[in-house]
Amino acid sequence: MIETKNLTRKFGELTAVDSVSLRVEDGEVFGFLGPNGAGKTTTVRMLCCLISKTSGEARIGDYEIGNAADSLKIRKIIGLVPDNVGLYDTLSAYDNLDFYGKLYDCTEAQRKENIERFLKMLGLWEKKDVAAGTFSKGMKQKLAIARSLIHDPQILFMDEPTANLDPESSRTVRDFILDLKKEKRTIFLNTHNLDEAQRICDKIAILNTKLMAIGTTEELERSVSGRKTVIQLEQLSDAILAALKKLPVGNVAVDGNKLTIDVANPEKENAAIVEAIIRAGGHVQSVTVVGSSLEDAYLKLVREAK
Amino acid sequence: MRLSKSWIIAEKDFKTFRKRKNIIYTIIVVPLIVSFLLPIVIDYAGHKNGASGFPASEIITLLPAFTFFYLILAGMIPSTIASYSLVGEKVEKSLEPLLATPTTDSEILLGKGIAAFIPPIAAILGGATIFMVLMDLVTQDKLGYYFFPNWNAAIVLFLMVPLAAIMSVEWNVIVSSKVSDVRVAQQIGVLVMLPFAGIYVAGELNLIPLGVTNNLLIIAGILLVVDLLLLFVARATFRREEILTKWK
Ligand SMILES: Nc1ncnc2c1ncn2[C@@H]1O[C@H](COP(=O)(O)OP(=O)(O)O)[C@@H](O)[C@H]1O
Ligand SMILES: [Mg+2]
Repeated sequence: MIETKNLTRKFGELTAVDSVSLRVEDGEVFGFLGPNGAGKTTTVRMLCCLISKTSGEARIGDYEIGNAADSLKIRKIIGLVPDNVGLYDTLSAYDNLDFYGKLYDCTEAQRKENIERFLKMLGLWEKKDVAAGTFSKGMKQKLAIARSLIHDPQILFMDEPTANLDPESSRTVRDFILDLKKEKRTIFLNTHNLDEAQRICDKIAILNTKLMAIGTTEELERSVSGRKTVIQLEQLSDAILAALKKLPVGNVAVDGNKLTIDVANPEKENAAIVEAIIRAGGHVQSVTVVGSSLEDAYLKLVREAK
Repeated sequence: MRLSKSWIIAEKDFKTFRKRKNIIYTIIVVPLIVSFLLPIVIDYAGHKNGASGFPASEIITLLPAFTFFYLILAGMIPSTIASYSLVGEKVEKSLEPLLATPTTDSEILLGKGIAAFIPPIAAILGGATIFMVLMDLVTQDKLGYYFFPNWNAAIVLFLMVPLAAIMSVEWNVIVSSKVSDVRVAQQIGVLVMLPFAGIYVAGELNLIPLGVTNNLLIIAGILLVVDLLLLFVARATFRREEILTKWK
């Protein structure tokens, strides 16, 4: 479990992270979404005990961020994929991982096993003896991910792991994150890509120095996006309106034979709405969704803050 | 502080050095050249124009001064290695994941220090052994005894040389935090050998008689004090917060 309370970091006059409070449950894939300069990297660095916090609190499991005695223990149970891969270019893929395995006090047998396992999972096993400096961007990113897992951490911080990757490599990385999720690892994923966050995260927080919103994708859509379903009917009747009243939908506006209904999640709820109309004897001519998606909402949130 | 952690880091550095030809040349070739060259020069210059070698009185002032070449090497070689390995990590941005492991800043700093210290010291002492043996061979008939080993040489090689190498490493930790180009770091870093070159010149000019044991001990004492001061500064520079937020 990762928890922060009013976590704040300043660089001189500049506040990079302002009073962020959040909670990530065990086994959750948590999307930390925000534009460049939002404070994602700074937050992750604080949580990984790499830089100090200015104020506020943060905990990982039972350990306290900022407590000198706990920081080694925290670093033992977490893995970090930093925004820059930071591999040793002259060393082979295998040696890069083996070095880290040793620093985490893994036995030789553990190192061997984990290196083989993760390099195979990521499709790099054939290249294990090749110098990391010769790898493509995607391969380097995968190697950095393997490195972060060498000690089998339960909690993994990933700082924009798909940024600057080609679509193919991004996909492999995303699929791999989903594999890790199946292994019940907690993943704190920094990203500036909303689509990525929506696709693989259980919970999303939108950051722009301050925390703008937090919740599951559905919750966010409900709270911030305000979408509407517009239904064109052949003929509106009272029976139809009565049927709609029984559904858990928002306001229903009537304009001739056109209904405009506030719905939190049209993809989920439209089927029930249409079904209710048909049962009430209505003829649906068209169904359209208007209004802002989560993407519009995200962009709006991010712009508001600037 | 766990030495085992530092040693893991040093071993990793040794592995990267092995892949770099210029590092290997600097560590091994330079001390070897000096060690063979000096005795050859003494032998050759002494017998030039049919002369029968340098007079004994000159030999016994030349040889102690020559041992100070190794002090210069001790300032120079670790400097090259340290700036390569520290600025190298910086350029590769590999310090952040390294700092994220359960390793303390001091352990990492010591590991980097060991890596920059041991290979040059081994090469310098190895070279110095060759130098002393060859010098004995070419000067023995003139002097009537083997000049090396002697206490003064031991003080230079086993006390002053390691202290100079440590100073060189510390200085380069500080320099590496300010620059992000290996070559620039090496150019500034190598300035640390200037005081040692100064000592050598002062010896040759007989401003500081380097054959006098007390003088050597005084210089060693000064080196020790400077080492401790620089350690303090280097340690303050090499803090994760500094490295991640202030190192350029
Ligand atoms: N070492 C630093 N010194 C000064 N300002 C910094 C430093 N690191 C980050 N910042 C500033 O803090 C803000 C957040 O940066 P960062 O956490 O890197 O954002 P993100 O990872 O979301 O792109 C930015 O305005 C950035 O310029
Ligand atoms: Mg970032």
